[in-house]
Amino acid sequence: MSLKRKAAAIGIGEVRPFREPGDETALSLMAKVSAEAIADAGLEKKDIDGVLNAVPFADPAGFYPASFCEMIGVEPRMLDIVDIGGAIGTGMFWRAAAAIDAGMCRAVLCVGGDLNRSSGMPFPWISLEREFEWPYGYIAPTLGYAMIAQRHMHEYGTTSEQLAKIAVDQRTNALQNPLARFNDRPLTIDEVMNSRVLADPLHIFDIVSPQCGASAFVVVSPEIARRSKHPPVWLLGAGEASDHSVISYAPSVTTSCVKPAAEAAFKMAGVTPADMDMVEPYDCFTITVLVTLEDAGFCKKGQGGPFVMEHDLTYAGDLPCNTHGGQLSFGQAGFAGGMSHVTEGIRQLMGRGEGRQVKNASLAYVNGNGGVMSEQCSIILERQS
Amino acid sequence: MSESRRSDDRPAAFISEYGKPLPHPSPISRPFWEAARRHELTLQRCAACGKFIYYPRPRCPHCFSDRLEWKPVSGRGTVYSYTVARYSPTPAFKELPFVLAIVELEEGPRMTTNIVAPPEQVRIGMPVTVAFEDATPECTLVKFKPA
Ligand SMILES: [Zn+2]
Repeated sequence: MSLKRKAAAIGIGEVRPFREPGDETALSLMAKVSAEAIADAGLEKKDIDGVLNAVPFADPAGFYPASFCEMIGVEPRMLDIVDIGGAIGTGMFWRAAAAIDAGMCRAVLCVGGDLNRSSGMPFPWISLEREFEWPYGYIAPTLGYAMIAQRHMHEYGTTSEQLAKIAVDQRTNALQNPLARFNDRPLTIDEVMNSRVLADPLHIFDIVSPQCGASAFVVVSPEIARRSKHPPVWLLGAGEASDHSVISYAPSVTTSCVKPAAEAAFKMAGVTPADMDMVEPYDCFTITVLVTLEDAGFCKKGQGGPFVMEHDLTYAGDLPCNTHGGQLSFGQAGFAGGMSHVTEGIRQLMGRGEGRQVKNASLAYVNGNGGVMSEQCSIILERQS
Repeated sequence: MSESRRSDDRPAAFISEYGKPLPHPSPISRPFWEAARRHELTLQRCAACGKFIYYPRPRCPHCFSDRLEWKPVSGRGTVYSYTVARYSPTPAFKELPFVLAIVELEEGPRMTTNIVAPPEQVRIGMPVTVAFEDATPECTLVKFKPA
């Protein structure tokens, strides 16, 4: 049983992340990118027979997919939420493919949108976190990733300069992306290292900025994909894993379950990290990218620091990484943030990367990461030549 | 995940006069917090596989046995990792900076906790010992200090 080339993405929709919501709501943003993605796919709303939603921080609720479908006027044959944080986007892709392969539906709209503030409805955090984490001030993922970075530096000698290089190269990519929130000026390693430390050893430029935004993509059956106006972007492999929720209870703080997720994805796809033309790893923090590159097998464990210094991570470099700027420069729209890595992978493989197009790109590694390295979902995407 | 959303998302009932979030013990965790109130550190230990467990569970996460017993433990451990928070993760945590840490207990399990010490003294691998903090008359938090 494999999902290799069982479904393809043929359309995307995305808004440029922005700080002030104004009259927008999470639902209005999701409706906007859904319309855009369906039109981009050359389909009509009535063709959509599957829907996967991310539940936003800004409007948390149960029974989300049916409400969303009712609102936009879709009557699906498969509907669900995907609740794995930053891994939602990659997790949606293989779930859509699996539903299509099982014959449940033929065209799945995957959509998420969020604001950077609460609507007044508290997000329902699990009692375990409220009881054993919050009393000690562990209420923010920044603190968890800081403890990962601190331990990584202790075990492997990783430096702040190496982390900064990731933010700097990704900013270079963002400068060529009209949709990126931070695309007006380059960053330098010194600027990152001299910026304010929020939680040792993480500087403010190591940390993602919360924005409003939304992303959507449409995954369809091979039959529909072959009639697509854009080159279809095929799912070649997928793998998912979780080994903790709170980082304190992870088997390892520095080695993540990106490893089993990526191994499964590469195995299904029948390719290796060396075959990838680009990588789009979830980047809530610079350390997330470094740990992901190590655990996905792009370099030896612990060598992520020297690796990112030795390689050019820009769109024109030898290992294009987060070509849209990553969330660090693109902006993070809550639970929709991780979807931007998927839409960028699709965009690049369709050849629509504009000034940041990776030349002759046919294979992309995309990773979604939820919580504090808690949920991982890796996918391999392919443009067939 | 991102920062901003957590700030005002706390249920009102969660905030006491103490000002910061406090645990609301469940039937499973109540013995842990009751012992902390007496300034004793106790952990569950699985009678089937012998492993110590933190945080309190309905069943052993290692062998899935439900034969869990409460055992007093040494209160000694080492700092596995830590960070110095120099911003308020929520408005409630306004005394800055504070040290958030993962402490590895001598008995094996790791705990999320605070190190009560000047931040510049804290190092990975540093030996620590339990330091109970009576947050309210009803609730004591389990923190650590340099040994
Ligand atoms: Zn056991």
